[in-house]
Amino acid sequence: MSNATRPAPIKVQNLNMRYHHKPVLTDVSFEIPEGKTIAIVGPNGAGKSTLLKGIMGLEPLIEGEVSFFGEPLSQKRLSTAYVPQREEIDWDFPISVMDVVLMGRHGQLKLWQRPGKIDHEIAEQALKDLQMWDFRDRQISQLSGGQQQRVFLARALAQQAQLYLMDEPFAGVDVATEKAIIELFKNLKAQGKTIVCVHHDLNTVGEYFDWIIFINARLVAAGPVEEVLTKENLQKAYGGRLSLLNDLTEEVYRTRLNQAHDSD
Amino acid sequence: MEDFILLNPPSTWDLLIEFWQFNDMNALWVLMGSILLGTSASVIGSFAFLRRRSLIGDALAHAALPGVMMAFLLFQTRDPLIMFLGAVTSSFIGFFIIDWLPKNTKTKPDAALAITLSFFFALGLMLLSFIQGMEVENKSGLDKILFGQAAAMTQEDINLLMVVTVFILITVMLFFQKFRLIAFNSSYAQSLGIAVNRYELLLALLIVMSVVVGLQLVGVVLMAAVLLTPVAAARFWSDKLTSILILAGILGAISAIISTQISYLAPAMPTGPWMVVSLASLFFLSLLFAPNKGLINRYLQQNQLRQKVAEENILRTLYKLWERTEFQKNDFNMGDIQSLRTMPTHHLQSSLKKLCRRKLLTSSSRGFRLTDSGLEQATLLTRRHRLWENYLNEHLELTPDQVHSQAERIEHILTAEQEKQLEEELKNSQQDPHGNVIPGVNNATQTGAKR
Repeated sequence: MSNATRPAPIKVQNLNMRYHHKPVLTDVSFEIPEGKTIAIVGPNGAGKSTLLKGIMGLEPLIEGEVSFFGEPLSQKRLSTAYVPQREEIDWDFPISVMDVVLMGRHGQLKLWQRPGKIDHEIAEQALKDLQMWDFRDRQISQLSGGQQQRVFLARALAQQAQLYLMDEPFAGVDVATEKAIIELFKNLKAQGKTIVCVHHDLNTVGEYFDWIIFINARLVAAGPVEEVLTKENLQKAYGGRLSLLNDLTEEVYRTRLNQAHDSD
Repeated sequence: MEDFILLNPPSTWDLLIEFWQFNDMNALWVLMGSILLGTSASVIGSFAFLRRRSLIGDALAHAALPGVMMAFLLFQTRDPLIMFLGAVTSSFIGFFIIDWLPKNTKTKPDAALAITLSFFFALGLMLLSFIQGMEVENKSGLDKILFGQAAAMTQEDINLLMVVTVFILITVMLFFQKFRLIAFNSSYAQSLGIAVNRYELLLALLIVMSVVVGLQLVGVVLMAAVLLTPVAAARFWSDKLTSILILAGILGAISAIISTQISYLAPAMPTGPWMVVSLASLFFLSLLFAPNKGLINRYLQQNQLRQKVAEENILRTLYKLWERTEFQKNDFNMGDIQSLRTMPTHHLQSSLKKLCRRKLLTSSSRGFRLTDSGLEQATLLTRRHRLWENYLNEHLELTPDQVHSQAERIEHILTAEQEKQLEEELKNSQQDPHGNVIPGVNNATQTGAKR
């Protein structure tokens, strides 16, 4: 699995996350290949978005390590772009489409620096790539759901990253947007970039993605679509959680056993 | 009695003139200070508003009270800087409690806010009454920070106020981009590697600072209104953040001018309530009169739409009546119209009058008749109505009645472009689900010529 020449875009080792005392993810480890489209798939409440947030360091890990191209995230910020879920945002916020996309450039700007000419050109290209250039002066409150999603993708594109992590980009979008996203995936892949998506639609997962990570509170399977998209894995992922694993992990967190038991 | 008349105090008008002549330098300074405060508090408050942390300013202002009192007790002085530092310290303690409680206990954020606010305020009031029972100098003006008293401000107070407010405004200008990014989408900002925590702390510091320097002008109790009302009012006027901030600043400044002046004309009057009342008036004016989002405009637009719908309905009814007579009879009276279209008589009358004035109808002793342009529009509406019925019929499982009531609404908003789209999608359907002929684009003129 491991690539001797170049470290994997994302390597997750022993990742554990919880919400209060409830375990959300337990002992998740995987490594993804470069230049592929990868779907994180699982039932509702399986911890798909949480996994993405944990990888991006947006929510705390109880245990585990994540490396990006062999380094911690802080060393690879500029190579990594994150697309949050659309619902996380107040779409009534007074801001125009162009200004949202320019936010993608802020990782490179220092403190009080404003986006410059080059940043505007990059944002322009990103908007054009997603057929949103005509909407550049619109207020974001006037956009449809699909258009909102495309603005978010354009913002990530403006980061010019190597690795894209997207939280449900296909959720609730129109056909035109779906096509635009597929087109975007193709272009990014042609440039050797890696895309990781939380995805909820089993009907399209085989068509849109090269690789699948099945999770349901733990890792069920990870690998190329043709290998892991099997009836058995689907049953494991969607057939309910392992209740014993769940209950005992919760017990560990509740009794703080993981802190009392010094393993290393 | 005669002496009494001679000693008549100067009239309000004289005081007003005197104020604006700025013979009293102190008045000028206080005015400038309050304008700066109104501006900076409104601008920094906007970010709290946009981040949906509106109440934090209220809690921080109340939390400043015990700090002021403690500073006075410990140092026995009214030096503005010492008061300021005392207030900032206790505000920040309040801020951290509000932040810490929900993260580490089961207390929810709103409860944490309410508990902290009332606790600090109570503590401040206890200290205040304790100080007032003491035999110390300088204690007389301390209670003024509850509701603010512009006229009681000293030159040192104003110097500090100016330094702090200018600092706040410059900081906001410098970090505008980052503040906006964090207010809009803080998890994304974090994913970019921006130190969100540090900026949030800076924002909190700026809010605390503007609250604390505002205490003497506005007072502990009402400071929150100065942070929030201007931006809430400005939100009605614009969708652009820079314009909103500038407008909020201007509104804050206007209310500051009004209230400071009143404080000079009637020194017994506290400034804070006047500032808040004038801000609230500006808010209500915005709520009513703002061009797009104002209530009056919305009401007018609604009315306009209602009128348009009524008129279009009449046109379509006339078309249907005409269709029923196999396109023979052209004149119909109000009774004919009402038989097909339920509508209050007076509304029908006034709408018919308007249609006549717009030359879409002519009226004669025989009744109302569609003119050529009226017929054209009536045909267009009927066409759109029936196309939409067909479209719904084809794609949804609806009864013809349901289809009809849907189309009753859609016909008024369909554009020519959408009509074309429908036409292409439906290919050449000739009849609607009720069996009525869909008039063609050229039909109107052809049948019209036959009349």
